[in-house]
Amino acid sequence: MSFPWARQYEPQNGVMKWMDERLPLPRFVYNAVGAGYPVPRNLSYMWNFGVLAGFFLVLQIVTGVILAMHYAANAEVAFGTTEHIMRDVNWGWLMRYAHANGASFFFIVIYLHIFRGFYYSSYKAPREMIWLLGVVIFLLMMATAFMGYVLPWGQMSFWGAKVITGLFGAIPLVGEPLQVWLLGGFAPDNAALNRFFSLHYLLPFVIVAVVILHIWALHIPGSSNPTGVEVKQESDTVPFHPYYTAKDGFGLGVVLLLYFAMVFFLPNYMGHPDNYIEANPLSTPAHIVPEWYFWPFYAILRAFTADFLFIPAKLMGVLAMFAAILVWFILPWLDKSPVRSGHYRPTFKKFFWFGLIPAMAVLFYCGGAPAEEPYVMLSQIATAYYFLHFLVILPIVSSVEKTKPLPNSITEAVLGSNN
Amino acid sequence: MIRLISILVGLGFTAAVLWAFGNGAYVAVTEGMGEPTAEHEFHLHPHAPEGGYSFEGAFGKWDQQQLQRGYQVYKEVCAACHSMKFVSFRNLEALGYSEAEVKAEAASWQVPGVDPNTGEATTRPGLSTDNFPSPYPNKIAAAAANNNAIPPDLSLMAKARHNGTHYIYSLLTGYADPATYKNEAGETLAEAFPATMPGTGLHFNPYFANLNLAMAPPLISDGQVTYAEGNPEPTIHQMAEDVSAFLTWTAEPSMVKRKQTGWPVLGFLLFASILAFLAYKNIWAGLKPKKAG
Repeated sequence: MSFPWARQYEPQNGVMKWMDERLPLPRFVYNAVGAGYPVPRNLSYMWNFGVLAGFFLVLQIVTGVILAMHYAANAEVAFGTTEHIMRDVNWGWLMRYAHANGASFFFIVIYLHIFRGFYYSSYKAPREMIWLLGVVIFLLMMATAFMGYVLPWGQMSFWGAKVITGLFGAIPLVGEPLQVWLLGGFAPDNAALNRFFSLHYLLPFVIVAVVILHIWALHIPGSSNPTGVEVKQESDTVPFHPYYTAKDGFGLGVVLLLYFAMVFFLPNYMGHPDNYIEANPLSTPAHIVPEWYFWPFYAILRAFTADFLFIPAKLMGVLAMFAAILVWFILPWLDKSPVRSGHYRPTFKKFFWFGLIPAMAVLFYCGGAPAEEPYVMLSQIATAYYFLHFLVILPIVSSVEKTKPLPNSITEAVLGSNN
Repeated sequence: MIRLISILVGLGFTAAVLWAFGNGAYVAVTEGMGEPTAEHEFHLHPHAPEGGYSFEGAFGKWDQQQLQRGYQVYKEVCAACHSMKFVSFRNLEALGYSEAEVKAEAASWQVPGVDPNTGEATTRPGLSTDNFPSPYPNKIAAAAANNNAIPPDLSLMAKARHNGTHYIYSLLTGYADPATYKNEAGETLAEAFPATMPGTGLHFNPYFANLNLAMAPPLISDGQVTYAEGNPEPTIHQMAEDVSAFLTWTAEPSMVKRKQTGWPVLGFLLFASILAFLAYKNIWAGLKPKKAG
């Protein structure tokens, strides 16, 4: 589907006409990200991050495929082949730093993309399917990133794998056999490393497939926009190309500047020194911490320090950690407000900026801090707010809130009401 | 319905986490926030030698003379116990040695080999393509010779610790007598934490994570290593500075090349971003006349 005024693809020469009649691939691209896709004219820079996420996905696949040519998934030599890449492979150090920091930047742009969705309620009808697929992509990314971090077989790789797979051990009855089955042994070893490598190579292509569905679903209703008012007329939109290809080009330049500043000047800043120590099952690091992009959820996991009713603390933490992400799946049905954009929802906006954002900041900070006071108590308060925000405050506020008047159209919002 | 269930589930998680918070708060109130630990009161953060290092900063470069001196310290002091398995002799060419010098240097080390006549394990002079050998045949031998503490491989030490270069320098120069050493509060370890006093075979060092380490002070006197003419005096601080520079190089031989590659990349991207911004403004300027109409 598209808007009736969407431009139609016209082959420019005989070759393209021949192609169009047999396999209309150019027409497909034209309608997807070309002049044939009308997009609201009022998108802010917050709408750059979808394209940027796509860029980092491709970058991760390209650098990852090259790294896999020189890496060996064997517990005896994995750490050594990683160092071989760093020292002996031509530009290997660049490939590895680009891949490690690329994962971090992929998560930075994805978090901004997701929080833009929270603020502008991008999950609301008719865009629920885009949102659900997006949460699936996020879960796949987390699984992929976790398994990727295990591959260098350093101390944090090993102990991270042990802690995370240990979470499944908290499940009643089937937990321990499940953990042994996942690892292929009683502790992470060759079997675990091999299957993690296999899945780490597979899942990115699954992500690509879900991204295609995500974009397909996007093209049914078209992109949302900062006013949350749907497109009504041709003057509300501009063709994706050249308007947003140009804007995304600039956004990409800025993000690449930051990204390559990290790759070339602070490549290990977002990593952990312990992962330059070879995995040693007999020596536990003083502080086991996952990569920064897991910190909010790690903080939620560790916030449940006391048994509650008949549920053991560890199980409660695991349930809460998974629930913290799964709750995103039902957001479209929790938020009943007829208005999408946070701009026109004064109460919702206050809870977003003074509740959710500070709580996430605390969870990010405490997830990377050692499990001692005051970080545990801080993360407990933030965790309480996190669940209250999505499961209690959002349903109630969205039902009772008096929203501000919306502009009649996107054109009016951009150019003023006298147009 | 879904919202009613959600509110109940949300309140359930909130109650559980606040219950945990209450438990923690109760312990904090009745028992305090935990006793101060010896690590907390006595541990020091690593610091750089005076003047820092030539390779630090975004424009830093290796000082080949310093790396050569550092290699000499590694060879004559550290290598007695520590391996450096990810570094090859051929890598030493980056320190300014010629191919022939590297060959000769490699041949001065004995590496594990196989007797071509009997097939038995033996040693042979090193080749440029060999990696630095371990001083011990295996981990058990390493542990047995060192009071059960296996000396870690040094290839990556500068990256395997927070602020690794400064850490190595500070650790090597930071050994102190726990009977007389005073922390910032003016206490000695013996007064404040008698239980943390180093046991047999352990040595007090405030830069080490848990304050007592198995390694005896490796640099014990000025002039322990004899530097070639034209080099600075081999004081303990000079040797520590040189070997920490050398181990920074072994941890990431491509560091200087990395920084030097970074500048043109950032320069190009800055230029490209400015062009992209101008293109963006130019394309969107076409929309503006509509505003007047």
